[in-house]
Amino acid sequence: MPQLSLTVNGKSHAVEVEGRTLLVELLREKLGLTGTHIGCDTSQCGACVVHVDGRSIKSCTMLALQAEGASVTTIEGLAKPDGTLHPMQEMFREHHALQCGFCTPGMVMSAIDLVQMHPDGLTEHEIREGLEGNLCRCTGYHNIVKAIAAAWPLMHGKQVPAAAE
Amino acid sequence: MGFEGIGASVRRKEDGRFLAGRGNYVDDINRPGQLYAFIRRADRPHARIRGIDTAAAAMAPGVHAVFTGKDIEADGLGGLPCGWQIHNKDGTPMAEPPHPVIAVGKVRHVGDPVAVVIAETRQAAKDAAERLVIDYEDLPGIANLRQAVAQGAAQVHDGVAGNICYDWHIGDKDAVDAAFGRAATVVKLDLTNNRLVPNAMEPRSAVGDHDAAGDYTLYTTSQNPHVIRLLMGAFVLHVPESKLRVVAPDVGGGFGSKIYHYAEEAIVTWAAGKLKRPVKWTAERNESFMSDAHGRDHESTAEMALDEQGNFLALRVRTLCNMGAYLSTFAPCVPTYLYATLLAGVYRTPAIYAEVKAVFTNTVPVDAYRGAGRPEASYLLERLADVIARDTGRDRVELRRQNFIPKDAFPYQTPVALQYDSGDYFATLDGALKAADWAGFEERRKQSAAKGKLRGIGMSTYIEACGIAPSHVVGSLGARAGLYEVATIRVHPTGSVSVLTGSHSHGQGHETTFAQIVAEKLGVPIAQVEVVHGDTQKIPFGMGTYGSRSLAVGGSAMVKAIDKVVAKGKRIAAHLMEASAEDIEFKDGKFSVAGTDRSKALAEISLAAYVPHNYPIEELEPGLDETAFYDPKNFTFPGGCHICEVEIEGDSGMARVVRFTAVDDIGRVINPMIVEGQVQGGVAQGVGQALMENAVYDANGQLLTGSFMDYTMPRAEDLPDITVGTESTMCTHNPLGSKGCGEVGAIGSPPAVINAVIDALRDYGVRHLDMPATPEKIWSIMQGGMQPGRPAMAAE
Repeated sequence: MPQLSLTVNGKSHAVEVEGRTLLVELLREKLGLTGTHIGCDTSQCGACVVHVDGRSIKSCTMLALQAEGASVTTIEGLAKPDGTLHPMQEMFREHHALQCGFCTPGMVMSAIDLVQMHPDGLTEHEIREGLEGNLCRCTGYHNIVKAIAAAWPLMHGKQVPAAAE
Repeated sequence: MGFEGIGASVRRKEDGRFLAGRGNYVDDINRPGQLYAFIRRADRPHARIRGIDTAAAAMAPGVHAVFTGKDIEADGLGGLPCGWQIHNKDGTPMAEPPHPVIAVGKVRHVGDPVAVVIAETRQAAKDAAERLVIDYEDLPGIANLRQAVAQGAAQVHDGVAGNICYDWHIGDKDAVDAAFGRAATVVKLDLTNNRLVPNAMEPRSAVGDHDAAGDYTLYTTSQNPHVIRLLMGAFVLHVPESKLRVVAPDVGGGFGSKIYHYAEEAIVTWAAGKLKRPVKWTAERNESFMSDAHGRDHESTAEMALDEQGNFLALRVRTLCNMGAYLSTFAPCVPTYLYATLLAGVYRTPAIYAEVKAVFTNTVPVDAYRGAGRPEASYLLERLADVIARDTGRDRVELRRQNFIPKDAFPYQTPVALQYDSGDYFATLDGALKAADWAGFEERRKQSAAKGKLRGIGMSTYIEACGIAPSHVVGSLGARAGLYEVATIRVHPTGSVSVLTGSHSHGQGHETTFAQIVAEKLGVPIAQVEVVHGDTQKIPFGMGTYGSRSLAVGGSAMVKAIDKVVAKGKRIAAHLMEASAEDIEFKDGKFSVAGTDRSKALAEISLAAYVPHNYPIEELEPGLDETAFYDPKNFTFPGGCHICEVEIEGDSGMARVVRFTAVDDIGRVINPMIVEGQVQGGVAQGVGQALMENAVYDANGQLLTGSFMDYTMPRAEDLPDITVGTESTMCTHNPLGSKGCGEVGAIGSPPAVINAVIDALRDYGVRHLDMPATPEKIWSIMQGGMQPGRPAMAAE
């Protein structure tokens, strides 16, 4: 089986994977990072979103081998080592932006990338459009939109230091 | 600590683990030595199985076993049981054909399990399943309700004549016929309640385990693990409860679809015993579409008789409802006791008669989906109310108000069995009209028109029945179970509290709201309250979470157990303070002697209970650990008013919800933040049903909407902000006064959305439009082309 080297949440891994192994399968089954979820088989739901070299991607739509040499961040890698949550995680909690929690990891990872890509401001319309690739069946998105809007100033302002990526 | 008791918008205790990726869902669980199951499913709706050649699959790399329905039969396993028996008009029981765990002889719907391959890895099992050779003889299939009951239709089950599962009725036919005879006006409406796929974001999953002592453990995505243990143990595997543990850990949404006992649960548990290795199965989303129980799927004709003043005199309803190919666990009760009993709605219609025919088709079984029967009833009534207003030239708000059950009429006995305990439909109506600025709509319509868009406003005033249910009542109606709930309040020696509840949280936030009840009643900070659910080995018993029952029934069981703790605590405190138990008061976590400054904290009492050195040991057992079973006295009756505004794009016919206001009466609110979230989520599903979602089969029963690429799920940009308010009256018969909020959003919203769409199309003369109101349907109307009308229901 082919060899793969990559960094996940700051830790280096050298693993053997089948050519057909998806990045999400590597994360969940080989590395035990079960915070990243699988909600569909057609790249529609976004439960599997992680960051690869700082950008959000659906890890069910990328072969593990394509991540050779990459730096991957999953939901488990967002909080600081002392447990302090990333501002996006904190705002999801504050605004009740999750219910069953299953879509949440992908939703948070997408939302962080969305905020990072909009340093000059983010309207409600842009947030709703930006969540096009993520499905939630519990919240009706109302509170997710509120949480992301509330996280924007925290991520771009001076109140809270930028999160480690 | 700030205020954490009843009424506080406390942030959720469970969020920490979910946000950090530390949730524990079934597919996250891996047992040592675990194998993986892949299920080969029927790719056709109806066929005889002439043979299955398993040889090549069995020899494939990594494969441990291949099982078919014959192996299940040979081991003497039972079929999947149905938990509710309906009786026909003539008193005979419904048709209840066998529901094999794996198909034997015939497949009856796309997705029916045909064989299971168990291998070292998920991929190996899936690869090997491709090597199974199944020799089918195709049979004619049937998916459409009216075609299924027509003469000469294909038969889903031998021995079920005309595909009729049951032919049931409720109400006073003679009184209704008499009222129609003297009516000034009769308004008739044919309508469809579209078939939906629940699509909780977490696909179903099950891990079976079997240990050296012969004990089984099943980890499963369930809303009610004790019910699964009972059904699977007693009816399918024939394993006693004492040898079977069922764990439903974090579950990623249910909406009804995870109530039922599914074949895969039995397959992995049985296979784990046979192979002496743990076995895991997790659905791919395409399997969810063809194996999770679907929802709704009704065809109805409704007729209202009215007098000259517009008063409702009598309602007559005929409904055909789809059961799918087999009876799912609670399917028979949904279109009967959860639907037809709600046909009074919020109106004082004196006479009602409903006939319901349940029909087998070659489709996935249909069972309860968020609201379950009640959305179908409210959609029928609230569409009918708008059509009556239109046909008779009355104002739709005033027509409703005129026919409301008056405020002073409670308790109100409806003509269809239920007795409403409390409500104020005028308050929720007026609250919603104000919050939605109904009066200011014309100005907004003009603004939309200036942008080239058609704007419409619509409402629904609805009721539902929750908190299922008094056991003796449901028993008399055909339930094969009691529907009480169970709670244990365990005060530990140093004063922290564990709540063991038979309810199950799969997004509802019980770990927070149940802790708030303990904080309120026992004065213990929620940080020191642990809520335990979802494990038959930890919880005494439980009937689970569905029908918005967790707080109204499970919460009531908690209060009853807390009352027992307090009563015992008072006796201990009386002993310690040398007073009479009658003189002990309990408030804010302290037991005090009335009229004195002497008191003992709960933690002092609990310590004395577990370290009984100075204790009334002759008259009182040690410990402070109380269990209560609470059997409700009645259903609860949440209701309210939902108002929707849509804008329709002229070019595309795309309808978009631009404002939505829900004002609901849900009784006592424990956590307003969580209630708002529940209502918003329910409304999103209702908007999905009204505008987007539709499970489509071709005429033979091939599923055409089998993935998220074909079945439209509401996304963030499809929805507006959803304004939620409450105007509550208290439930009169449970200790919290709570009614339930989990389903109101999905029940009240679909008719409000469709009424708004039809209002927007007022210049096009549209009387009715079936859900979902897709751009194609609306655009066709705007082109003046074929109205999406429908033929009258064929005589059955």
